[in-house]
Amino acid sequence: MTRVEERLAAANVIVALVALFGGVVTGLFQALEYAGVEIYPSLAPVIHSHYHSVTMHGVLNVLVFTTFFICGFLPFIFSRSLQAPLASPHLGWVTFWLMAAGLVLAAIPLVGNAATVMFTFYPPLKAHWAFYVGLTLVVVGTWLVTLNLVLTWRAWRARNPGQRTPLAAFMSLVTFVMWTLASLGLAAEMLVLVIPWSIGLVSGTDALLARTLFWFTGHPIVYFWLLPAYISWYTLVPRQAGGKLFSDPMARTSFVLFLVLSTPIGIHHQYTDPGIHQGWKLLHALLTFAVFFPSLLTFFNVTASLETAGRARGATGWLNWFTKLPWGDPSLAAQVLAMVLFAFGGIGGLINASFNVNMVVHNTAYIVGHLHLTVGTAVALTFMGISYWLVPHLAGRALWSRGLALAQVWLWFGGMLIFSPTLHELGLRGMPRRTAIGHISYMQPQWKTLLPLVGIGGAILFLSALLFFLNMVLTATVARRAPQPVPEFADTVSGPDHAPAFVDRWQPWLATAIILIVIAYGPTLVRLAVTTPLTTPGLRVW
Amino acid sequence: MATGRPSTVYLWELAWILPSIALPVGMLAALAVTAFGAGINVTGDQGRIDPTKVAEHALFKEPGVSEIAPGQYEVRLTGQIWSFAPAEIRVPAGSTVHFWATSKDLVHGLFVPRHDVNVMLLPGQIAHAQARFDTPGEYPIICHEYCGVAHHTMAGKIIVEARK
Repeated sequence: MTRVEERLAAANVIVALVALFGGVVTGLFQALEYAGVEIYPSLAPVIHSHYHSVTMHGVLNVLVFTTFFICGFLPFIFSRSLQAPLASPHLGWVTFWLMAAGLVLAAIPLVGNAATVMFTFYPPLKAHWAFYVGLTLVVVGTWLVTLNLVLTWRAWRARNPGQRTPLAAFMSLVTFVMWTLASLGLAAEMLVLVIPWSIGLVSGTDALLARTLFWFTGHPIVYFWLLPAYISWYTLVPRQAGGKLFSDPMARTSFVLFLVLSTPIGIHHQYTDPGIHQGWKLLHALLTFAVFFPSLLTFFNVTASLETAGRARGATGWLNWFTKLPWGDPSLAAQVLAMVLFAFGGIGGLINASFNVNMVVHNTAYIVGHLHLTVGTAVALTFMGISYWLVPHLAGRALWSRGLALAQVWLWFGGMLIFSPTLHELGLRGMPRRTAIGHISYMQPQWKTLLPLVGIGGAILFLSALLFFLNMVLTATVARRAPQPVPEFADTVSGPDHAPAFVDRWQPWLATAIILIVIAYGPTLVRLAVTTPLTTPGLRVW
Repeated sequence: MATGRPSTVYLWELAWILPSIALPVGMLAALAVTAFGAGINVTGDQGRIDPTKVAEHALFKEPGVSEIAPGQYEVRLTGQIWSFAPAEIRVPAGSTVHFWATSKDLVHGLFVPRHDVNVMLLPGQIAHAQARFDTPGEYPIICHEYCGVAHHTMAGKIIVEARK
């Protein structure tokens, strides 16, 4: 390993996978708790409660694993796509160490049960200040990644005037620019409300203002997790499958729409919050349905690309192109199965977004089922699939066992087929989320019959994750030494020359994104900021 | 295939793009009908309340249930760690119940499964929900937002009594 982009990717991916390990172990505890296994007493000195476990599960998986994996994978793929080194390797390392320092700072109270506030940390729940400061440093680190990508891209533009930005680079840049814009809400919540309050500079806070700023970032963050998976599906998977990307113009267009539409929709997480008028909630519902459009474009484009692959491999029927895909490649199998489950995650997401229908599912186990299809499979299983070529490449060793990898991928798929539909159904039957279900006083018979399936599904997922980590560790340490190739970028059926040039223009799309944010959030945020007294005291109740 | 033009949209791209627009637009129309036609609406802006002085507010001086019109009941409810007040609500079958609720401390939830009652109780805000209870029976009132280490014990019940 000589290139700095590779060393940076390796450093980030190691942190990501260690976090994922902590995330899946705590996940198993909760699945067993649901199934009625008394697990926490035996974990007592380390895990203080179910809620301590849930908080670590959420923070490690969706905040740490995703963010570090993305900050490793995307700059790596971006630099390959432009065939240019990162503008500043020095900045790259400063960024990594800043994020790592932030992570350690947040992890101390998290592990020590001083920040058992869930990954959503809704005030007036009050964690140790180091938790908030640490997470904020991680976010600042992601902004520095954006800066490095932008500098790299500008230098590339100067050397290649008039050339179209390659698709993977364009998409990576869109992802980080979108995220940087979207993360301003979280930054404001941290810097203005939460950090001054947690260190004692101000005595009170406000629940609604904090939630509104949180969800400003909290919805687009799912696109920050998801778009890197899309980038793999669009630019690498078609070729891994033996085919071509169906349409570069549609791919670019969908990413531009994600840039524009990801943020002004966050209030769809607050349909049940008092203090926000129904009209604003309806506007956010409308815009959420609009962002469904680029997701459908992606679904079509990626599926059509897989079809070209199946046909190139000899399929002739309507559907047998799917079975003709090279299923023996674990990287491909992981990502195609992730796509299959994500289709259901997308459909379920529409139900969540549907304004009054949301009252049926809000804060129930249905949401947990949904999140495990989206970030827990579409993102996590895709990142595992990427790891099956990225880790061997970075380690300079062959994948330790392809068979074990295939078993792992199918176990994840099978475990999730039990786990997620069960949680969806439990939610429809009225079971709340984030609750120690094994100890509730209001157990309903229609829940009890399904709960063992949560434990079984969760145990299968845990076993799958163990096989993944075993393979990764052995790949990095003892597998046969040999240079491992990175998948080449896919050719296209309809190429970038078919896309109108204005798709690649930044100013109009950024301006549209900002205008939509101002319309969708401006009046509510200004009203709350002006009229809200910060009088609610914080509490530590765990 | 056409090549060399500045942009090209193929028929099969269009055949996907147009339904992709029609589908969400159709669903949006359907939910607008249920929200404004059938009146199944989410909570709105019912005004602020000082979270440290909930007991002094007219609505929450005496949490409880009262009949405000024939078949119409008003429930004034507070959530606090880790209980609801009142913890038990009795109404006759066929009643429409109007909930007015707030939190005295943390974020709590007010959730009655299958009855259009799913609303957050935020300190500082007054929440509203409305539902009809037709079938006699006992229904749980659940706090569905994590509110500390005994969150899972925070619950109440609605007892819907058969009309004599």
